[in-house]
Amino acid sequence: MMSDCYAIRTEDLRRVFRAKRREAKKQKREVVALDGVSFSVGSGELFGVLGPNGAGKTTTIKILATLLSPTAGRAWVAGIDVAKDPKRVRRHIGMVSGGETSGYGLLTIEENLWMFSQFYGLDTRVARARIKELLEVVGLADRSRTKIYHLSTGMRQKMNFVRGFLTEPEILFLDEPTLGLDVQTAHTLRGFVSNWLAEHRDRTILLTTHAMHEADELCGRVAIIDKGRILACDAPATLKRELQRDAIFRLRIADLADARGVVGTSPDVTQFTQTASEAGVDVDAILTHDGALTQLLASVEAAGGRLLSLEKREPTLEDVFLHIVGHGFEDEIREGGSA
Amino acid sequence: MAAWLGWQIESNWADPFVFAIYSLVKPLAGALILVFMYAVIAKDGLHSPLFPGVFVGNALFIYVPAVLAGISWTIIDDREHYGMLKYVYTAPVNVFAYLIGRGVAKAIVATVAVVIMLLLGTLALGVPVRLAGINWLFVAATLVLGSAMLSLFGILLGGVTMITARHNYGVGEAVAGGLYLLCGVVFPLDTLPAWLAATGRVIPISYWLEAFRRALLGHGTEAFASLSDGVLLAVIAGSTAVLAVLAVLGFRLAERRARAKGLLDMQTMY
Repeated sequence: MMSDCYAIRTEDLRRVFRAKRREAKKQKREVVALDGVSFSVGSGELFGVLGPNGAGKTTTIKILATLLSPTAGRAWVAGIDVAKDPKRVRRHIGMVSGGETSGYGLLTIEENLWMFSQFYGLDTRVARARIKELLEVVGLADRSRTKIYHLSTGMRQKMNFVRGFLTEPEILFLDEPTLGLDVQTAHTLRGFVSNWLAEHRDRTILLTTHAMHEADELCGRVAIIDKGRILACDAPATLKRELQRDAIFRLRIADLADARGVVGTSPDVTQFTQTASEAGVDVDAILTHDGALTQLLASVEAAGGRLLSLEKREPTLEDVFLHIVGHGFEDEIREGGSA
Repeated sequence: MAAWLGWQIESNWADPFVFAIYSLVKPLAGALILVFMYAVIAKDGLHSPLFPGVFVGNALFIYVPAVLAGISWTIIDDREHYGMLKYVYTAPVNVFAYLIGRGVAKAIVATVAVVIMLLLGTLALGVPVRLAGINWLFVAATLVLGSAMLSLFGILLGGVTMITARHNYGVGEAVAGGLYLLCGVVFPLDTLPAWLAATGRVIPISYWLEAFRRALLGHGTEAFASLSDGVLLAVIAGSTAVLAVLAVLGFRLAERRARAKGLLDMQTMY
């Protein structure tokens, strides 16, 4: 059924989490984390899975990394069925999860990394050279002999990032690798990922993120996932091109109490998001045509709003998401989707 | 590698003096309290003919909670404290070798405590351990089989720990506590109620402790008097083989269940 030409492939992957009986009284009995997810990633690709919190990104990675069994459907990594032969899959993979503080606190950074290199059978001299090189990249070279419990969360995350690349795995899963990192570090790591893949063309990376610009900058293709379903899957440029016939505007409006009511009821607004700002509210709106802007501005003015700035934008992946799903990432997070 | 990590974790958390106190005095004190209670309660005190057997049993039993809790605790420690179990699992490492390796550090510390305890018994309490009379081959065989047996028990408990979401920090020590009663450590098996004695007879640790009593003292307890040394070793070897099958199957089953329920990277305690 599965051919070896894909580094990763999933077929109708489904994962349902069932609450315990006593917990089920307070919450839903079943939570469908993945609902028929199918995609394939070719060798050498940097493939992104893009979605808000609770969309099913981490669940997908956990299944592919053999940490979680699917409820139904199948998945192959390096041509091996993850459910049937997890041990063989582990020879081909590496994983980095962002936003966590894992690490053996009593070991130094160098010891932690060296120990993991030994799990993968790496020659000690090679391992030490790579550790040194990678710690330089993430700016931890001068802390290599520092014990983990002395490190900040961001530093631990950088160390885990190094651990993932240290063994140069054939297939690497990066689960929100820049989550919680400062802008400069996140930028450095993104640059490193790009360069690493360019230098190791036979390697494959599956990256999950809810940072649109990260997916846009790094990924050759992205799958947009929401509520456990893949809604679109293509190159970012292709996805954005499909929106170019629409008119996308960013408006900054002051003194508008009910932006949702005003913008949302305008007949030619197909989708919109709103974000509170110091000056008032920022509205990103997708209109059916440029001419609809006049009507929208009139509605804003009639509702007492003052237009502070107006910008016509090129479509972004966020617009693509908004267009497909009907709401933005921020809306999803505000509404409590954080699983 | 895992043993090195275990040693770092065991020895690195405090200064050497505190580590020595914790590692040696705690098990020694625990064992000696019961020995002295026995000495006071028994009719002939330290001169009771049962005392040497009780003393050696207590000394060697130090290994049991150390290795059982050492191995099973690794699951909790790595999963919930260090957050590393998922990375160990996604690495191409033999998980049994890893767990046993982590238990080795505990076993080394326990060995020092056992030796000190036996020296104390011999030099200060009159326990008749005579180096010249020891059958070293028998001791070596007992040690090797015992190490395998305790490691396998630890792995079995590790499996239980993996699928137990809460309060699992006590699994290793609770089981060791039960074994303390059932394996004839403080009360000879033939003094226990019949059903408890029968339970004790199906636990391989009872035979292992008996083998050590014979190796160090030249005689064992009444409960196993009908078994020759060879049969005793054969029972330990056979039961260890059965335990190996149970431990591997049990652990794999628990692992499969943990993957199905998403417990390999769950955090419930920290």
